[in-house]
Amino acid sequence: MSEVQQSDSGSSKGKHGKIRAKKNSTHIDMTPMVDLAFLLLTFFMLTTTFGKPKTMEINMPVKDPINKPQEVNNAITMLLTGDDKAFWYYGELKPETKLTPTNFSSDGIRKLLLDYNKFAVEQIKDLRAQALKNNMADTTLKRLEVDIKGNKRSLMVLVKTDDKAKYKNVIDMLDELNICMVGKYALVDLGQQEYDLIKVAGGGL
Amino acid sequence: MPKVKMPTKSPSLDMTPMVDLAFLLVTFFMLTTQFRPDEPVVVDTPSSISSKILPDNTMIVTVDSAGRVFFGLDGKEIRKQMLTQMGEKYSVKFDDKEITRFAIMSTFGMTVQQLKEYLPMGETERKDFMKQSRGVPYDSLNNQLGDWIRFGRLADASSSDPNRPKEKDLRFAIKGDGNADYTAIKRVIEIFQEMKVNRFNLVTDLEQDPNK
Repeated sequence: MSEVQQSDSGSSKGKHGKIRAKKNSTHIDMTPMVDLAFLLLTFFMLTTTFGKPKTMEINMPVKDPINKPQEVNNAITMLLTGDDKAFWYYGELKPETKLTPTNFSSDGIRKLLLDYNKFAVEQIKDLRAQALKNNMADTTLKRLEVDIKGNKRSLMVLVKTDDKAKYKNVIDMLDELNICMVGKYALVDLGQQEYDLIKVAGGGL
Repeated sequence: MPKVKMPTKSPSLDMTPMVDLAFLLVTFFMLTTQFRPDEPVVVDTPSSISSKILPDNTMIVTVDSAGRVFFGLDGKEIRKQMLTQMGEKYSVKFDDKEITRFAIMSTFGMTVQQLKEYLPMGETERKDFMKQSRGVPYDSLNNQLGDWIRFGRLADASSSDPNRPKEKDLRFAIKGDGNADYTAIKRVIEIFQEMKVNRFNLVTDLEQDPNK
């Protein structure tokens, strides 16, 4: 063991008298060190950013000249413009088409989409309830949801923006589509007739 | 009645376990901390219900509220290669010192020609420069953003090991300010699509999902 040898303790007794090593306490004052440790701890805790930014994924169609425009059935076209204004029409664009104004609040676009997309919304709600009961695997649930969203009876949404629209509006729109379980949507360019319609309806200014 | 003697306790208690724990935590935070890279511009991203986390290996194109575009891609070797190729294309000569400075920089937004002046600058000069910078040009006449994207992808592809799993591949994200005009974002998406990139991540803040 680590005992200090005491063998020659007797020999030091002599003319020099007793030489006593100064006894220091083994306790060191740790307070400053602890202060520093906690200071650093606080600093790192406060500066650490745990949360990484969140993202939304979006797939654009492959740009291909051969890609024919798809047949539009059961589709809503949303027109976004400046001042957080939005307009919509159902179905194909005809000369007599009129725009209906709406807004980004929860009883604007969301109510509208949930209404038109009743089929998919109800099916998915049922599916989720069932999945909870039967302990369905996440991947299976996702696949079935995609199937429902891709169904012919589910709604399709075309999002068109004019040059006054803000990025925020588009993100809000995409967000509403996710909330309303619309799986088929596309960001499309605005046509001349729609541009004129927006002007008439009082958007765009 | 006998005197009740309270046992005298030493007022100093053993702090060793507490100190141990404190240092353990300090070490943990020191090692896990990643300092937020200083962004050249403040971008107020819109919020969405999406709770997906931004993947690691991502090329981020930032668009601020005035429609200026900034380009960001991590990785020292990748950045070195990217800058060399970019310099060759626009016949701007970068020396080794400038390339090393570029490698440790974060997001930037200026023309390649201005980049040459920007690299030797100090911190405050850079800040002033950024205020009046017009971002990376991305119009169809002078599409430097497209070239940065192309060379960034090339550098990433040549430097990565061939057995890299597919989900670790380079991803593309657009970090736009909520008040940016959508036309600017649309143009950035177009440039990506010209490069045959059709899958993006749009950086957003988290918002409560009304369905939950």
